[in-house]
Amino acid sequence: MSDFVIIGAGPAGISAANESARYGVKVTLIDENNLPGGQLFTQTHKFFGSREHRAGVRGFQIGYDLIEEINKLNVDVLLDTIVYGISADMEVKYVTEGSSAKSITAGNILISTGALEKPVVFKGWTKPGVMGAGAAQTMMNVHRVLPGRKVLMVGSGNVGLIVAYQLKQAGADVVGIIEAMPSIGGYKVHASKIRRIGIPILTSCTIKEAKGSPQVSSAVIVGVDKNLREISGTEDEIKCDLVCIAAGLKPFDELCWLLNLEFKYINELGGFVPVHNDDLETSMKNIYIAGDAAGVEEASTAMEEGRLVGVAVAQKLEYLSDRQAEKLKGKINDRLKYLRLGSFGKKRAEGKKKLTSISK
Amino acid sequence: MKSKVSNKSNAGIITLGEFKKIPGYPEEDDFSKGPIAVIECDQDIPCNPCEEICKYGAIKVGKPITNLPVLDAEKCRGCLKCITICPGLCIFVVYRDYTDKTSLIYIPYEFSPLPEKNTYVDVLNRRGEKICKGSIRKVIKLAGSNKTFVIGMEIPKKFYNTARHFEF
Ligand SMILES: Cc1cc2nc3c(=O)[nH]c(=O)nc-3n(C[C@H](O)[C@H](O)[C@H](O)COP(=O)(O)OP(=O)(O)OC[C@H]3O[C@@H](n4cnc5c(N)ncnc54)[C@H](O)[C@@H]3O)c2cc1C
Repeated sequence: MSDFVIIGAGPAGISAANESARYGVKVTLIDENNLPGGQLFTQTHKFFGSREHRAGVRGFQIGYDLIEEINKLNVDVLLDTIVYGISADMEVKYVTEGSSAKSITAGNILISTGALEKPVVFKGWTKPGVMGAGAAQTMMNVHRVLPGRKVLMVGSGNVGLIVAYQLKQAGADVVGIIEAMPSIGGYKVHASKIRRIGIPILTSCTIKEAKGSPQVSSAVIVGVDKNLREISGTEDEIKCDLVCIAAGLKPFDELCWLLNLEFKYINELGGFVPVHNDDLETSMKNIYIAGDAAGVEEASTAMEEGRLVGVAVAQKLEYLSDRQAEKLKGKINDRLKYLRLGSFGKKRAEGKKKLTSISK
Repeated sequence: MKSKVSNKSNAGIITLGEFKKIPGYPEEDDFSKGPIAVIECDQDIPCNPCEEICKYGAIKVGKPITNLPVLDAEKCRGCLKCITICPGLCIFVVYRDYTDKTSLIYIPYEFSPLPEKNTYVDVLNRRGEKICKGSIRKVIKLAGSNKTFVIGMEIPKKFYNTARHFEF
């Protein structure tokens, strides 16, 4: 039996563990990797934000700091462990590598399992040499394997722009970035960084085919009109051995689907998202959601959402008085508010509002 | 990448005309006082480490944090610190009147290997096009810069507003 079982030890899960354990909650934190930290360990770039959100610090360094914090607290961490189901009576079922299946009964559960890359389907998309940009980032920054030498990046959101830059830093030749929309999706500063080192960005352009047998040796790209219809005659064959797909992320919520939680489709948050209230509690009592699993945002928002759940659980278990808890939540919500400002953040804020308003 | 798909897009490019409207971009006269920060930031991203790191109070973001950084040219000493903290790598320090004929442009650099001092390089503009030759004069690792190096490249003066990277 555990007061609080957290599934997924990314920035959201670790922050929830730290925040609740600090007040005395007995926490079990589970992750399928051999190190807690989630996506943070793939991120070698400096983060945006303010001092509170460690702006100017590189993602992986924030990961190490979070781990140091958990180590100081009394948190039970199960690594190399995959959760494969949750029963309606709050039994969390898991398998640790090299061991047989076990389960643990939880008073409260947080599902902070992150996000999944969206695929793009085109002729040849299953060939070796076509992969998600996140996968490429994990290969090079975590496992130190360069996944290709000549890379075509598909998608110009922040993930596409950042990973293209990091591939170049790792020694690959990035032949270009293509984007189906007429303008780039990510921050202009990231795109500027890409342009000045000589990597072209072609807008209103998409991928038609990956060629090669079996490994990718070239890609056919094509111009598209405003309605994203291909303009025939504009095809071009580009030599490359890696096609990286950065077409966005969607909340990774298989465990929530298994529990039959209530979902809502919110485009701004990446797709179907479990409906939740202001404490991030889902349609099923005592089951919480946070981070990218609760709508694709950023590590900084994931950490704040994790803290919010940490406080809510500590409050429910009476480790915090209502007054203390509401004060803490107020501060976290203020910080979340400013993370969702600006033309990029505003859309996510609107998405979140649509989601929480349902559960009221 | 040569392609039939038209590449006239200005994706990621801020043109000179636009820069003049950005509050982090110095006025023409400000360049005569010595090295000065050029903050090429024009989107309302919630971000303010540049404000915090400037011990001369020359960069102001204030509240809300999505404000664009405003440069106070009087206060800026061209100390280079802001170059290394900006997560967008969008701050440069420009010393227009380095010599009679040349300018010195300080840029953030996160590639390896580092160039050696006095290397002759191809200078690139914001579109990554070669515009002239230049020489690397400074290779600087500031304390606390967390692996972002600052490279000072000497270039013909007329390119001080366009030279933003190099290749060697
Ligand atoms: C290229 C790129 C650049 C980014 N740059 C920034 C940035 O500059 N600033 C910023 O703030 N954010 C950035 N982000 C976003 C940030 O990484 C994510 O928003 C953040 O990591 C989400 O945190 P999380 O805890 O929700 O999920 P994750 O970090 O994805 O963690 C989820 C964890 O759960 C584990 N897990 C999933 N399912 C199970 C299961 N069934 N059993 C056990 N474990 C499971 C996963 O293995 C993973 O470790 C970037 C993302 C990418 C891809």
